Amino acid sequence: MNNPLSPHLSIYKFKLSLLMSIAHRITGAALYFSMLIFLFFLISLASGASGYEIFSSIIDTWIGKLVILGITWAIFHHMLGGLRHFLWDMGKGFEVQTVDKLATITLLGGIVFTVIYWALYYIL
Amino acid sequence: MVELALPRNSKVTEGKKWPQPENQNNIHEFKVYRWNPEEDKNPSMDTYYIDKEDCGPMVLDALMKIKSDIDTSLTFRRSCREGVCGSCAMNIDGVNRLACTTAIEDIEGAVKIYPLPHQKVIKDLVPDLKNFFDQHRSVEPWLHTKNEEPDQEWLQSKEDREQLDGLYECIMCACCSTSCPSYWWNSDKYLGPAALLQAYRWIIDSRDDEREARLDKLEDPFKLYRCHTIMNCAKACPKGLNPAKAIASIKKMMVERRVSKQN
Repeated sequence: MNNPLSPHLSIYKFKLSLLMSIAHRITGAALYFSMLIFLFFLISLASGASGYEIFSSIIDTWIGKLVILGITWAIFHHMLGGLRHFLWDMGKGFEVQTVDKLATITLLGGIVFTVIYWALYYIL
Repeated sequence: MVELALPRNSKVTEGKKWPQPENQNNIHEFKVYRWNPEEDKNPSMDTYYIDKEDCGPMVLDALMKIKSDIDTSLTFRRSCREGVCGSCAMNIDGVNRLACTTAIEDIEGAVKIYPLPHQKVIKDLVPDLKNFFDQHRSVEPWLHTKNEEPDQEWLQSKEDREQLDGLYECIMCACCSTSCPSYWWNSDKYLGPAALLQAYRWIIDSRDDEREARLDKLEDPFKLYRCHTIMNCAKACPKGLNPAKAIASIKKMMVERRVSKQN
């Protein structure tokens, strides 16, 4: 008999905690691949002034800036998410309300830290 | 394996729209998942209309009303109708819960009812929970002891007994396990929140003598460590239990005993 599989992802209500779990994975994977950009940066430094010119001309475009901004956010978001997991690994912060609070703090914290970081960069 | 889309035979189609009741003052719409093994058709969503003044307050009341007055072929599990037996677990308005403890009033708009997610469907709202119960059996949810059986009960201090609070109340309704994306993708190898909560219930029992052996059995990349603290389980549990916390406690015990072995 060919029994169907009941619907899952398409019908389950997405809670913030679930979205944050997905976001933690995506930012983690994105950071892994962003190491290629960092590598490209190091290569450009090692190959002298003309090499660095090429790198900075790419990064200076608005797409480049957006990517760097995205990486900065991913770092802060993933770092705060990591701290959240660290707390859980110690057996703390499992109450349903606490979980929602931690998720909100991580989400807002990632954005706030990114804004502060770039504000400081442009002010200093 | 992560499979985001449903297999071809499982895609849900629009089903039958049943007639509305005569009293139009207070009607509530229900969309219910239907699949009949005797028909060679895909699953569908049937629409029913219930006169709320002529029906009990809970979603289970509405399902019974549909079955007795509108469509006798509708199939679902139910027994105690008071959140004790765990039979009527289903996905209501996007969340796994018991139909008998979910008030119709608390749901806005049409009430959408599906069987527990990512399970083989036997008929309509009845999923095949064989794997789920096999996994429960695999954690050997009974006392393992080397001591001779006492004349009366196995005694336990008050504090030791308190360790079991929040664990023993589980009614094995499967709301938690079937809410977990990790369980959806790996239910063949990952034990899932319900079985792991039960595993912890026996690991932490002061009267059990097989703690080490129980932990050894769970020391496995899939059985235990597919839990990524997504927290759907704790949010779904109709008894307010926290399987994620129990799983974290097992993980912590794993680390602690590894560290103490090294010293």
